[in-house]
Amino acid sequence: MISVDIEKKLKTYRGQQTLKIARQFPAGSITKIYGSSGSGKTTFLKIIAGFIKPEKGKITVDKITWVDTGASTFLPPQKRGIGFVFQDYALFPNMTVKEHLEYATRDNAWIERLLIIGKLETLTQHKPEHLSGGQQQRLAILRALAIKPNLLLMDEPFSAIDTEMKLELIDELGKLFNELRTTVLIVSHTPQELDVLTDQEIIIS
Amino acid sequence: MDLTPIWLTLKLAGITTLLLLAIGLPIAWWLSKGRSLIKIILEAIITMPLVLPPSVLGFYLLLAFSPQHGVGKWLQHTFNIQFVFSFPGLVLASVIYSMPFMIGPIKSALQQLPASLSQASYSLGKTRWGTFVRVLLPNIKPSLLTAVVLTFAHTLGEFGVVLMIGGNIPNVTRVASIAVYDSVEQMDYHAANVYSLILFAITFIMVIGVFVFNKYQLKSPLE
Repeated sequence: MISVDIEKKLKTYRGQQTLKIARQFPAGSITKIYGSSGSGKTTFLKIIAGFIKPEKGKITVDKITWVDTGASTFLPPQKRGIGFVFQDYALFPNMTVKEHLEYATRDNAWIERLLIIGKLETLTQHKPEHLSGGQQQRLAILRALAIKPNLLLMDEPFSAIDTEMKLELIDELGKLFNELRTTVLIVSHTPQELDVLTDQEIIIS
Repeated sequence: MDLTPIWLTLKLAGITTLLLLAIGLPIAWWLSKGRSLIKIILEAIITMPLVLPPSVLGFYLLLAFSPQHGVGKWLQHTFNIQFVFSFPGLVLASVIYSMPFMIGPIKSALQQLPASLSQASYSLGKTRWGTFVRVLLPNIKPSLLTAVVLTFAHTLGEFGVVLMIGGNIPNVTRVASIAVYDSVEQMDYHAANVYSLILFAITFIMVIGVFVFNKYQLKSPLE
């Protein structure tokens, strides 16, 4: 169970506003998050990941406190065991497809399986600059899954992937999340495409 | 024809570049992350040699490390080290004088990398140091090479600062740029020309090398 109750001031083009979210996510649940641009969806994911600190609040995961501003508790991102799919993919330009996954895990059988799921098995020696947008996005998803995370945070993870591949990938990922018992939070601008995958939703406004 | 000044210059530039690489990388990394008053002050101090006349820097180093005063006296008595009119003094002055050429390009390149690169690495459980070595450094290779070459080439051409702290002692502190000046003073234009041509050739080849390498990296060496 993930319990989040946080507050963070945001600077937007409309002036300053406060992001306030109090919510619980059962283990293994898949939640889609949507809302208008600049509402703080990405900031919310980054707060959970530990890349941004909230001004006020508490995050607990399976009774372990990750963040408690009152007690000055802050678990560094490295120790949270989260997978994060970035909106800009954040691929490492110096690494090939396989090196991205090897950087995350030493489990070769798992790497091979991920490459097949992402349909990147023939592109293992390619660097990101030689991949299409969709292939880059699939690699970003595979890299986040490589550590078999308990919690996976995905920021617009399917925006560059074509419809046919997206449906196939969503189906495969659904099975994988179920197998790993991964709790997933997905930010999306087109939440209806995730209906088959998700079981709850949050609207951030 | 005495080529010792050339070897001395290359030795000085090599040692200075290696030392600055070791000192400059962590400082540039630290400076690239956020702003604070301490960072602004340190950056201003590091940048000073770019705008300060070399003779002024050399003069203050001469005063600071003179065996008759303060730090220099203490170093002489405690460790029997003398920086004034010695090769170690030239290295110290060169490290200070060339520091902005090493730190500037590296800091600027690190700042241009998206924060999400480090964050992605942290989310995979990697430490800050591991991320720096495996992710950040390999992705600023062109700027790293530019910094190394600029530092080396700049040290080759130092004159005022090394003359002030090192003087003109043959085989000890008489580097090529001083040898050129000394040869002209003695009306030995042939020797001055040989020293100058060698320095010109070395720096030209190095700069061409950077341009060629960085062209393949799709990045201007002047960025």
